[in-house]
Amino acid sequence: MTAPEPHVNELADYERVIRPKKGLVAVDFDELWRYRELFWFLAWRDILVRYKQAVLGVAWAVLKPFLTMVVFTIVFGKLAGFSEKKGMNFETYAVLTLAGLLPWQFFANAMAESSNSLVGSSNMISKIYFPRLIIPASAVISGAVDFAIGLVILFGVMLWAGVNWQLHLLLLPVFFLVAFAAAFAIGLWLSALNVRYRDVKYIVPFIVQMGLYASPVAFPSSLVREKFGDEVFFLFSLNPMVGVIDGFRWGVLGGAFEPYWPGFWVSIAVIAALLVSGALYFRRAEKTFADVI
Amino acid sequence: MAKPIISVRGISKQYRLGAAKSQDTLRDQLTHWAKNIGKEQPDANDSFWALREVSFDVQPGEVIGVIGRNGAGKSTLLKVLSQITEPTEGEIYLRGRLASLLEVGTGFHQELTGRENIFLNGVILGMTQAEVRAKFDEIVEFAEVGKFLDTPVKRYSSGMYVRLAFAVAAHLEPEILVVDEVLAVGDAAFQNKCLGKMQDVAKNRGRTVLFVSHNMAAVQALCGRIIHMGAGRVLGDGNPDTQIAAYLGEIKKPRTDTAVPLGKIVECRQLEFMPNPIVSGQPLEFTLELGAKQRTQLIDCAILIYSVYGQRVAILDLRKPTGQFTIAPDQPFRCTGRIKNFPLVEGDYRVGLFMHCSEYYSDYHDLASLTVSAATKEGELAPYAAHFRGLVELECEVTF
Repeated sequence: MTAPEPHVNELADYERVIRPKKGLVAVDFDELWRYRELFWFLAWRDILVRYKQAVLGVAWAVLKPFLTMVVFTIVFGKLAGFSEKKGMNFETYAVLTLAGLLPWQFFANAMAESSNSLVGSSNMISKIYFPRLIIPASAVISGAVDFAIGLVILFGVMLWAGVNWQLHLLLLPVFFLVAFAAAFAIGLWLSALNVRYRDVKYIVPFIVQMGLYASPVAFPSSLVREKFGDEVFFLFSLNPMVGVIDGFRWGVLGGAFEPYWPGFWVSIAVIAALLVSGALYFRRAEKTFADVI
Repeated sequence: MAKPIISVRGISKQYRLGAAKSQDTLRDQLTHWAKNIGKEQPDANDSFWALREVSFDVQPGEVIGVIGRNGAGKSTLLKVLSQITEPTEGEIYLRGRLASLLEVGTGFHQELTGRENIFLNGVILGMTQAEVRAKFDEIVEFAEVGKFLDTPVKRYSSGMYVRLAFAVAAHLEPEILVVDEVLAVGDAAFQNKCLGKMQDVAKNRGRTVLFVSHNMAAVQALCGRIIHMGAGRVLGDGNPDTQIAAYLGEIKKPRTDTAVPLGKIVECRQLEFMPNPIVSGQPLEFTLELGAKQRTQLIDCAILIYSVYGQRVAILDLRKPTGQFTIAPDQPFRCTGRIKNFPLVEGDYRVGLFMHCSEYYSDYHDLASLTVSAATKEGELAPYAAHFRGLVELECEVTF
């Protein structure tokens, strides 16, 4: 495991040993770095195909968050009366909803794509060697374009709502990375399980469906804390998207929307735990991917 | 002698069959764990060794052919060498970059254009983007698809598709190239071009090549050494002529195992010719029986007849005009047939199957063999020797 690109006359220096790996296998970051071009190419392929296939590709990326925002703002803001309860006008509530929807929809898409990515690449896996981690990771990236389009809508809605632009906005990339990590962590687990167990694919739509209500997408998370108290809020924060959405919303609206930090760190800890355990499980399972896929 | 570029030391590969299969849903796995809390894990009962204690060394610049029957372990060996699957025991030392070509067009995407696929496939096969860019014109020229570079490959003819896919692969420049039966695609002219390219890579650039093929003519032309495998072991290793002769001797013997797996689901239980040996020009009958481990549809099936050197001579089309067959564990597919005047010139022929079921399709080689003996001609002139007469005996009447 030495020089990355040896020349013929340096053969003696280069030696790779293939032998059965026992026990836990660490992530080989050197190797991942050597394969970075493949990672970008796979992400590029997914994005290209996604926007090539559907004429509605871009329109859909605009309409989906926008229409969902309209519906949620009417149902939760007006009908359920959350906007009055929080003393907010209708326009601000629309921004609040969209600021929750964007990270949520990115997470839901990226996680679903990532979970199905290995099975969808079975042909490559059984014919070519490369670090398998690249597949679920590049699948997460391909959802980022939809997210970028969503950001443009968000800024439009903020202008319309007359929201003050905060310095906090500069934190959005950080919270995007956290959402990325959350989607990738769950994608690692589910993509590897999906290869081995055929019924895992039914879990993904369930997570997406339940998660929408178990995350503060259409309502501010402070409602949960005010109603049920801190202990319940910690439980609530075990859902990693609670921290992500709260952070994101704070970045957009600032001030009054500062996350409840103890809860936020619970979410971050859950993401970190899922990421590390997911990577270890993935490395253990990948030995047999080509045999069972 | 120089250090070997590849050292394979006692490689074995075990596949588990039954034990894993019974828990292939998460639900079953969870119930299984719940039932077995505190109990010892039972030993894997159903396993087989696809490779058993395989050892050999390869010197830099050697071109090695790997031959053997279906199920001999050739493809598993290539997969272990290319790190696609992990060996169960043993070690391999590689002293150079290895690229494997187990299939042409891996990672090709139907919706992308030829140009986009060249880059994508090149990077998937292990080239850097800069390398692909440097070789781009060469690849396009080799593939002869210049005009269609910006057309999605789904509009390509199958010939163009294969040419493009092989062209990318042919421009890989690793120290070690591992190739599986990819020359079986494309038309004859293109196959020759590919063989030429492989020869160039091996002889002029000093690359090390490991090459699996059923085409003995190609193996003989390309390889300086042959590894002959059977039942997961190395049966012979060395001089091409000796190893090919040994292999051809092996396939003439009827297979001792009763059912030969054709992929994961279907198996060939019987493929027999009566009589065998057959006298050239006489009627020949055949029987084929396929079984299945689970219910599936048999969409296409054909018996393939090859010359000794792997040239396809004829096929027997076994499709039913009225539709597909269902095969299941208790419902085998069975057919018999009769060829009125078997027209092949005397010699040994190799018999395989093309099988297409709902889940996959493939060619399967060397499932049986057929020996044709010379007809006794009532004529004034003795016939020319068999190797002058091609493969097919035509009946004709000549007027002078």
